[in-house]
Amino acid sequence: MKLTQELTKGFFKENPILIIMLGLCATLACSTSATDALGMGAAFTFVMIGSNVVISSIRKLVPNQIRIPLYIVVISTFVTIIDYSMKAWAPALSRSLGVFVPLIVVNCIVMGRAEAFAGKNGVLASLMDGIGMSVGFTAVITLIGSIREILGNGTVFGFQVMPSVYQPILIFILPPGAFLVLGFFMAAHKRITNRKGGAA
Amino acid sequence: MISNNMNLFLIFFSAMVVNNILLIRFIALCSFFGISNNMQTSIGMGMAVIFVMVMATTVSWLIFHFLLVPFHLEFLRTAAFILTIATFVQFEEMFIRKTFPALYRAMGIYLPLIVVNCAVLAASFLVIDYNLDYIPSIVYTIGVGGGYFLAIVLFAGIRERISMAPVSRSFQGYPIAFITASLMSLAFLGFKGLFGL
Repeated sequence: MKLTQELTKGFFKENPILIIMLGLCATLACSTSATDALGMGAAFTFVMIGSNVVISSIRKLVPNQIRIPLYIVVISTFVTIIDYSMKAWAPALSRSLGVFVPLIVVNCIVMGRAEAFAGKNGVLASLMDGIGMSVGFTAVITLIGSIREILGNGTVFGFQVMPSVYQPILIFILPPGAFLVLGFFMAAHKRITNRKGGAA
Repeated sequence: MISNNMNLFLIFFSAMVVNNILLIRFIALCSFFGISNNMQTSIGMGMAVIFVMVMATTVSWLIFHFLLVPFHLEFLRTAAFILTIATFVQFEEMFIRKTFPALYRAMGIYLPLIVVNCAVLAASFLVIDYNLDYIPSIVYTIGVGGGYFLAIVLFAGIRERISMAPVSRSFQGYPIAFITASLMSLAFLGFKGLFGL
């Protein structure tokens, strides 16, 4: 029961992007298309789960004073692995994500979960927490990517979905569109939470 | 794209305005939204970021080109840079506290916070990715830091006005801040294509 809670809290209630407001850089910069967003989500998932598991398994060996530098080394190892794997197997994706793959190392969600959860809980719970947070992150970023791609280009994952008479609103795949879509997302999330709070 | 044979002023201008790090490139947004609700703190943070960023890049560039490249250790750059920055911020904090107490009081808690500010790390990566020489790298970094300062101070000014405006309930707080950032980003987009950048 408890493990399922650790898993599902990241989906909506403690969604890393919408509620905790972390990891915004990657969310906004890598959501110009659904494919990029999913790629970012996959890279993030790998780093998040890997570092959560490793950090929770070494948590009893790490002296409290030097835990932050150690966490950073663990996280940057995973980031380097995914960065070089993407360069080898998905060069196009790696080019379009650019500097944001190495920047996962300072993605506050990973560090935040390491500090707030993995450093204090068991391996299994941390694994669940990592999966939950990753799914929440990937879902939101892919959704934002799809919306921006539909409105700005008329496609999803490169497939044409809008009728050919549809005039793409270019602004949505440019930087201002990212802020705009995420702003409305947060307003919607807030409205739903307010409603729920009012009912209870 | 930025290259070595460009005029230094163009490199500076491109980094600061045309490719503004916050509004066009989306780096360091956590601090942008986190602390921009107050003008004073925004100015302090902006100054601290310029300072640390320039110092960090001058060191990380040397580390990359004279330590990592000769030993073929380029794959260690992520770990090396983040540790450099963390160490450096710590060192700078001690140094400033000792020698310039007034400056230290002005920057206060923002110095340690900068370790997790991705703008600093991003600037170190970007000068490597663009293959810039030493002097252009420093000029570029000053531009990036200046762009951060410019955007966060402008944004703080607008948010101080918004806090008194009647905003609908769902949009209060962060949502309206995002819409504001979107409009600011639109304004900065107007610089695109200037000087062919």
